[in-house]
Amino acid sequence: MTTSKDVKSVSGITVRLAGDSGDGMQLLGTQLTNTSALAGNDVATFPDFPAEIRAPRGTRAGVSGFQVQFAREEIFTPGDTLDALVVMNPAAMVTNLQDLRKGGILIANEDGFTDKDFKLAKVDSNPLDATVINDTYRVFKVPMTRLTRDAVSEHGLSPKIADRCKNFFAMGLVYWLFGRSLDPTLRFIEAKFGKKPEVASANEAALRAGWAYGETTEAFGESYQVEAADLTPGTYRNIMGNQALAWGLVAASKLSGKDLFYGTYPITPASDILHELTKHKNFGVRTFQAEDEIAAMCATIGAAFGGTMGVTASSGPGIALKAEAMGLGMMLELPMVVINVQRGGPSTGLPTKTEQSDLLQAMFGRNGESPIPIVAPCSPADCFDMAIEAWRIATECMVPVMLLSDGYIANGSEPWKIPDIKSLPQIQITHPEGADPAEPFLPYLRDKNLSRPWAIPGTEGLMHRVGGLEKEHETGNVSYDPANHHLMVETRANKVAKIAERIPDQDILGESSGDLLVVSWGGTYGACHTAVRRCQEAGHQVSHVHLRYINPFPKNLGELLRSFDRVLVPELNMGQLRMLLRSKYLVDCLGFNKVQGKPFSVSELIEAIETHLPAAVAA
Amino acid sequence: MSLPVLKAADFASDQDVRWCPGCGDYSILAQMKKVLPELGVPREKIVFVSGIGCSSRFPYYMNTYGMHSIHGRAPTFATGLKATRPDLMVWVITGDGDALSIGGNHFIHVLRRNLDINIVLFNNRIYGLTKGQYSPTSTEGQVTKSTPMGSIDHPLSPLSLALAAEATFVARSLDAHVKHLGMVLKRASEHKGTSLVEVYQNCNVFNDGAMAYAQEKKQRAENVVELEHGKPLVFGKDNEKGIRLIGNHLRVVDRSEVPDDDLLIHDEKDPNPSIQMMLARMRHPEMPEPIGVLRDVAGVATYDDQINDQVKLAKEQRGDGDLEKLFNAGDTWVVD
Repeated sequence: MTTSKDVKSVSGITVRLAGDSGDGMQLLGTQLTNTSALAGNDVATFPDFPAEIRAPRGTRAGVSGFQVQFAREEIFTPGDTLDALVVMNPAAMVTNLQDLRKGGILIANEDGFTDKDFKLAKVDSNPLDATVINDTYRVFKVPMTRLTRDAVSEHGLSPKIADRCKNFFAMGLVYWLFGRSLDPTLRFIEAKFGKKPEVASANEAALRAGWAYGETTEAFGESYQVEAADLTPGTYRNIMGNQALAWGLVAASKLSGKDLFYGTYPITPASDILHELTKHKNFGVRTFQAEDEIAAMCATIGAAFGGTMGVTASSGPGIALKAEAMGLGMMLELPMVVINVQRGGPSTGLPTKTEQSDLLQAMFGRNGESPIPIVAPCSPADCFDMAIEAWRIATECMVPVMLLSDGYIANGSEPWKIPDIKSLPQIQITHPEGADPAEPFLPYLRDKNLSRPWAIPGTEGLMHRVGGLEKEHETGNVSYDPANHHLMVETRANKVAKIAERIPDQDILGESSGDLLVVSWGGTYGACHTAVRRCQEAGHQVSHVHLRYINPFPKNLGELLRSFDRVLVPELNMGQLRMLLRSKYLVDCLGFNKVQGKPFSVSELIEAIETHLPAAVAA
Repeated sequence: MSLPVLKAADFASDQDVRWCPGCGDYSILAQMKKVLPELGVPREKIVFVSGIGCSSRFPYYMNTYGMHSIHGRAPTFATGLKATRPDLMVWVITGDGDALSIGGNHFIHVLRRNLDINIVLFNNRIYGLTKGQYSPTSTEGQVTKSTPMGSIDHPLSPLSLALAAEATFVARSLDAHVKHLGMVLKRASEHKGTSLVEVYQNCNVFNDGAMAYAQEKKQRAENVVELEHGKPLVFGKDNEKGIRLIGNHLRVVDRSEVPDDDLLIHDEKDPNPSIQMMLARMRHPEMPEPIGVLRDVAGVATYDDQINDQVKLAKEQRGDGDLEKLFNAGDTWVVD
């Protein structure tokens, strides 16, 4: 369907859809994202929802939001300020309006703004009527509930069910406003509700009614169009972080010729990895929903002992429970991957919000000298590559590898250029075969990487025992010898340190020396990258280093840090990477820290960078 | 292919055994080494997994594959191993503290899943390796290092717990009754599904003689009833006593007064565990305690079979996983 009204071409749009937890805002957001990706835009998303499944209806606590930026240029964040905000009730309006830019579009479901709704949202009067609101924004009051009921009336649904279609009405209107095709969502409706034809046709009717409303009502004078982005040629799909992580694990399993065993216990925001992996049993994936986090970790070690690709995942509180067993995995020197999809802490903290505050837990959260490698993907799509990388390092070094994702990456999505399968790195794994029976098998004999052989049960002549007690160098027998203990502690540490020789050198955005170096890691990549680029465009001598390998650090990192007058480390914690950098390199890193359960905005990063530029420092 | 005939000594590792002299663990180790050669399973196909405690040093002394893991978690390591390597014979070696206190959760879950492994629980009713604190099976009032005024905890019975978790094989034996112990270990190894064997094991340092009523030959006849499938429950020096089900209770009766037909006939195959639970609840000194196989129910699906069957079925239905197909399924678009 094409509009007969004026179409204005813009470079990008940031929209947030906000409503009650039960209003289907996440569904609406996902559909808008996919449709925009299919239209060739670059997209980045930020779903934000409460921890409660159904918080009290109509309250501020129950507001669920989904933000998406789509653009014709490459983008790295879901956007700072909103061009358009769609709200289904007053609670959604008052909790989100602060992010709408002046002159931005506010579309409100007028039917959700009754006296009862004002009371639930704790507002005195109808905020849509406030003069200041109407002077600041372009406000469109749309009786969505009523119009949806009218549109679906012939489908014989009860009013309660009919009202559930109103998100599709809102979707239709949003699609009209931004020139999006209805087709992908029509296909989705057919696939999702095909078995309930009356629901499917009602949703379709609501979607079309929303589009028609935009087209016919005089309130909307023009719509907007975002042209396709100029991305690297290839076939793309939209992908979410947890999905990319799951696919990366499946790919790593294929590339190494190992079946995947995934032991886990449900926890937000990691559970979607389990949900995804259970769909791929035909890849030889075995998923084990354990009785607790400890069992999940230990079963993963058991699978690794048997020669399988063992992976576990959790979030901060679950990782805390796994700590003792992870120490055993390190001590046994078996390969496995431990994923932490970080969320707001401490304790149960903010289950559905993002944070980067488990870095020191990953580094040091085990008893004794217990170093393990740490990698951290920088975006949803990067989860795919880093999952493969984590397994490569684990098998090369016979060690559990920690992969640090976070809630922002896990639930965010972006276009992913589907890789050429043949270009993916093969992961070579060898298990020793039966040795000369006259020679005793040495399970802790080291190779050039200080790695020990992965001898697996079932192999004749290689029977050996592993355990958490300190082991004698080479023989692996229990040993309490003081000098041996020192040697083994050092060897395990050196083994991890030597990984630096086999990971890429750290790359840098911008000049390799200058006034200020911004150092970031994990999910803050997009915001930091965008902020530094803008500062560079403004003529400042700012460069950006984004770490995907954290333990060990890339071997050229120290040199990079020392080449700048100042180093700024923005983190969604109180300065954990900063602490590691300062202690390792004795460089006086500065921090910019935020622990609000929210990602960085580009503008606040630019402001932070500017305060450390020579002009500001001199003043 | 004929397997080389192995002897008990072939299953001994080159490590010195470091249990206290006189410890009951030696007897269990000896019986295990005696039973394994009879099973015809190659040594490299056998894995011993243990937790923490005196008993859990066991894998170091066996010339098989082994893992000495962390406290209470042995069943979970075994789960990951057996689920991915169903070709291996997996034994879990644990103790009363390891299995029932710190590992209580895993103990019930491995039993309910019916993973095809064998669990041998050394019960000495004391914490040995930490030097003499009371355990979850210590008796009420027991004076230990951590209970100078007597334990106020009610003890837990591993057999009752296993039956409550719907375990498919539940048995008990004694370290001092070596022939019986060997027989029970063999029966456990032959069972498909999780088998639990509780072994009364004497800690001669911290809890010596705690189960002397059952262990000592002279007292055993009066205090222990040996279960045999299809046979009436009889005990006593001259087998003069029997067990009879009267109403909802098991009672000791005099065989001279009650015909054998009225005695309880042991049925280890009964899928309903109610009577087996009554047996598990027979406690000294009120009642003789049962040894032998309380329950051996066949035909219950095992976890390892099922997890692998699902993978097989998925491959049959959808073909071997193909990355190309996976990545390109659904909505994609091409940028030129």
